[in-house]
Amino acid sequence: MLDLTFETPKPKVIAGAKHDWELVIGMEVHAQVASKAKLFSGASTQFGAEPNSNVSFVDSAMPGMLPVINEFCIEQAVRTGLGLKAKINLVSAFDRKNYFYPDLPQGYQISQLYHPLVGEGEIVVDMEPGIARVVRIERIHVEQDAGKSIHDMDPNMSFVDLNRTGVALMEIVSRPDIRGPEEAAAYVAKMRQILRYLGTCDGNMQNGNLRADVNVSVCRPGQYEKYQETQDFSHLGTRCEIKNMNSMRFIQQAIEYEARRQIALLEAGENVVQETRLYDPDKGETRSMRSKEEAHDYRYFPDPDLLPLEIEQAWVDDIAANLPELPDEKKARFVKAFGLSEYDASVLTAELGSAAWFERAVAEGGDGKLVANWVINELFGRLKKDDRSIEDSPVSPAQLGAIVRLIKSDAISGKIAKDLFEIVYTEGGDPEAIVEERGMKQVTDTGAIESAVDEIVAANPDQVEKAKQNPKLAGWFVGQVMKATGGKANPKAVNEIVTAKLGL
Amino acid sequence: MSIDTETAARVAKLARIKVEDEALEGLAQDFNTILGFIEQLQEVDVEGIEPMTGVTPMRLKRRPDGVTDGGMQDKVLSNAPDAREGFFAVPKVVE
Repeated sequence: MLDLTFETPKPKVIAGAKHDWELVIGMEVHAQVASKAKLFSGASTQFGAEPNSNVSFVDSAMPGMLPVINEFCIEQAVRTGLGLKAKINLVSAFDRKNYFYPDLPQGYQISQLYHPLVGEGEIVVDMEPGIARVVRIERIHVEQDAGKSIHDMDPNMSFVDLNRTGVALMEIVSRPDIRGPEEAAAYVAKMRQILRYLGTCDGNMQNGNLRADVNVSVCRPGQYEKYQETQDFSHLGTRCEIKNMNSMRFIQQAIEYEARRQIALLEAGENVVQETRLYDPDKGETRSMRSKEEAHDYRYFPDPDLLPLEIEQAWVDDIAANLPELPDEKKARFVKAFGLSEYDASVLTAELGSAAWFERAVAEGGDGKLVANWVINELFGRLKKDDRSIEDSPVSPAQLGAIVRLIKSDAISGKIAKDLFEIVYTEGGDPEAIVEERGMKQVTDTGAIESAVDEIVAANPDQVEKAKQNPKLAGWFVGQVMKATGGKANPKAVNEIVTAKLGL
Repeated sequence: MSIDTETAARVAKLARIKVEDEALEGLAQDFNTILGFIEQLQEVDVEGIEPMTGVTPMRLKRRPDGVTDGGMQDKVLSNAPDAREGFFAVPKVVE
């Protein structure tokens, strides 16, 4: 496999009133499995359906109903594990996590505490070209999602919709290896990218299909290194968990606020209390979820309705053999095969759709670097202006490929190419035919350029004199020639001829 | 291990079972009898023996990923003490 080398970023340091402090962050990402049916029932996972219509008697916990596992969901969790280079446990088991809440009709969530399906893995979190943090994954377990409570429809009542109840989630738990708010957001972004490449979760954060619990603590510089050496948590500060974040921006804000809150407490000689907190984006602060404190005794025990989940190595190998090319590999390949900068390769591989589009355009136009410039600078810019995705780009890879071929063969100048691109974007059509029909071909005929230069030299004797004193003024002549030829003259040829004619 | 009345009260609360104060003593005693029995079981040497998870040699049954259930809002809500506009309506719970 191709690999790009990188250095580790410096941890974020926050200056308190008395000392400097560092952050230590661990994440639990809840990713909804992209399945049609729920984890243990045949009800649909469709978002936005009529309330309580995607609910079976298993989901509503009617007496006597039994869970039957959806094999596809297990396959997706295994796929995700393999995508994170993690150990797959051939035997795992389901446990009940007991608590009472109106949107949890069973009175327990089926999860995997003691024997998760996926063990240790890792993820490379890119910060900027050449700088990345390797974050260790502790485990991934499969569990049921809860329903949704709506509190603002009635002054005295909460409304409960069980459509989401029982939908399969992958809980991806990291080690506390993340060292700042920006890294935390980049971690979620990278996780989302990998999940989308794998197709195991659509990554839609707005719909809550990807959300994160963030564990934050602070420590004095040097303490984290002691933890890394010994894996002994006593070197680290007491952590607080910020629940249910579904926006990268809010994740950063919440961590920043929470770290400063903890630092203020510690510097005032007080203690941080380990607790669950919620971020309020309107106020920009985190607050304690007191109601959850007492419920922290979940009394886990193995679910007697479900036998242990045994899977075969051959099945895992088969899933591994069919993994797609993942973001890190694709990026490294783009850098090496097309000579792209790491930055350009990152931009092009951010979404699978853009990467595929780019590769099709390279197949048509050759010259990966030139195609990359056109995709990133012209196409993405133009699409953004119209709020369109690459999937509904009016320009096809074949059309951009043709434009690039025209540039490469010196048939059109770079300036004309931009006009051509705009025509293809707005009107469509075959770029080569457009160039022919509209006379956009570059003038490379030196005779034609020479006569244009001669005319301008003859008409501007004053400028010629000045240019002889100050050779920089040659640019003015080049501009005039380009203007006279409607931008179609080959700029390189014009430059040479102007320099020669002026005797510079 | 010994369960006192305070622990018995906490377990009852976690399980949302109402137990009158005067019944806690007896409940704690019941717990202790059960735990005593388990302590007795723990005397058995199980070194090197895989925990048994079922009595039949069965593999966990699987289901393909297809929508085969749901679409019965009325039935799901039919036992609800209060339902409005397709939702279960419950006393307000706000974080």
